[in-house]
Amino acid sequence: MSEVIEADAVIVGAGPVGLFAVFELGLLDVRCHLVDILDKPGGQCAELYPEKPIYDIPGFPIITGQGLTENLLAQIRPFEPTFHFGQMVTALTRRPDGRFDVETDAETHFIAKAVIIAAGGGSFQPKRPPVPGIEAYEGKSVFYSVRKMEAFRGEEVLIVGGGDSALDWTLNLQPLAKRLTLLHRRDAFRAAPDTVNKMRALVAEGAMDLLFGQVTGLEGADGQVGAAIVTDNEDREHRIPATRILPFFGLTMKLGPIADWGLNLHENLIPVDTEKFETSEPGIFSIGDINWYPGKLKLILSGFHEAALMAQVVSRIVYPNKKILFQYTTSSTSLQKKLGVA
Amino acid sequence: MPKITYIAFDGTPYVVEAREGTTVMENAIRNSVPGIEAECGGACACATCHVYVDEAWRAATGEPEPMEEDMLDFAFDLRPNSRLSCQIRVSAALDGLVVRIPERQG
Ligand SMILES: Cc1cc2nc3c(=O)[nH]c(=O)nc-3n(C[C@H](O)[C@H](O)[C@H](O)COP(=O)(O)OP(=O)(O)OC[C@H]3O[C@@H](n4cnc5c(N)ncnc54)[C@H](O)[C@@H]3O)c2cc1C
Repeated sequence: MSEVIEADAVIVGAGPVGLFAVFELGLLDVRCHLVDILDKPGGQCAELYPEKPIYDIPGFPIITGQGLTENLLAQIRPFEPTFHFGQMVTALTRRPDGRFDVETDAETHFIAKAVIIAAGGGSFQPKRPPVPGIEAYEGKSVFYSVRKMEAFRGEEVLIVGGGDSALDWTLNLQPLAKRLTLLHRRDAFRAAPDTVNKMRALVAEGAMDLLFGQVTGLEGADGQVGAAIVTDNEDREHRIPATRILPFFGLTMKLGPIADWGLNLHENLIPVDTEKFETSEPGIFSIGDINWYPGKLKLILSGFHEAALMAQVVSRIVYPNKKILFQYTTSSTSLQKKLGVA
Repeated sequence: MPKITYIAFDGTPYVVEAREGTTVMENAIRNSVPGIEAECGGACACATCHVYVDEAWRAATGEPEPMEEDMLDFAFDLRPNSRLSCQIRVSAALDGLVVRIPERQG
């Protein structure tokens, strides 16, 4: 177990609402750690629609998902939040001293005075392809991400998919693998053109194989796959020897471990009150798409409002003896000092 | 109004009257047809409104645009007649359209 991080507040999820919460909490001197299973900030905006325009952010007639994410990051920079990416918050429990133990699957352990669940549609998790029996091989010879490249050395590797992940790992693992095959359903790739060209050059040299079709079956025993049955677009079956398979079919959102934290749930959402945005557990708050209250709208602007009200309550937990003054950023010198503009 | 028939994975048909100009996805959601999730609300960003177009209707509904093809890469149990229903617009020419719903959306 690594060292313990003592924190004012831990925010679960670095989507737009988690990011803006850093701002509202920062104005009230609450320092934040954010954890997200993605390897980048922005949640749905960055992962699902970075280039699509949003038209209903107040003050921005039009802004893309990525643009909004970048603006939020610039806005919260003065408060120096600490990001913990590529980690899923797995456990949340109350300590005898009233604070919370927050633990991740990367063994990061926080002790926090308050926890803000801004988990949106849930944690992003890899999509499992529709191959019968694939579960039996997962984590042993079928992987949805590459943690250690060495695990692929000397293996017959089959990579499935046509996006950046599939193409990047094709190039990275090809030199290590005994033989590498890339399988995609069609002869068109959604990846950086340069990467696609490099892959095609390797195929032309005979250094790897490229196939079009879908995996329809697996052969193997005790979690160790031996071959994949691939059906091509003319409905012919091929048996591709494979001891490691990496399917890259994008991400989907699943509620995940939040269901096990002892909170009341309402159809996979977390009910909160509309004054404090607190859950059924005092000290645990929930804002953004993951929460529920009568009249809730899953809009980014609603999440921003929720963050502002939640921050008032959290600051009282972190600073029980401090009086909170209501102040405007336009006119308050003390707020402007915090923002680094005064 | 054009009629659309959605056949759920268990075989149950849902016949729906659809206004011209709306999408096949929107009519499924409005009429609570099970098995179409449309997480992204019709922005062609999620592949959870995937349907199989009946063979007789493939020519009339046309081929997916490149953006839809890219999203279809992420759909569950893809077939040659796979489409995202948010990208099929209802017109008089589609009166009688039949689509089937996959086992799940991902
Ligand atoms: C295509 C599309 C278009 C949209 N257009 C608009 C629009 O025009 N206007 C609008 O207001 N809204 C729009 N939305 C909705 C908007 O994106 C959401 O309301 C917003 O992203 C919610 O923000 P959030 O921070 O609550 O959650 P999310 O953006 O979902 O972020 C939550 C984050 O929490 C992480 N997480 C969850 N659980 C864990 C865990 N246990 N451990 C670690 N990390 C975890 C997830 O990985 C995720 O990154 C659109 C959505 C889509 C998909």
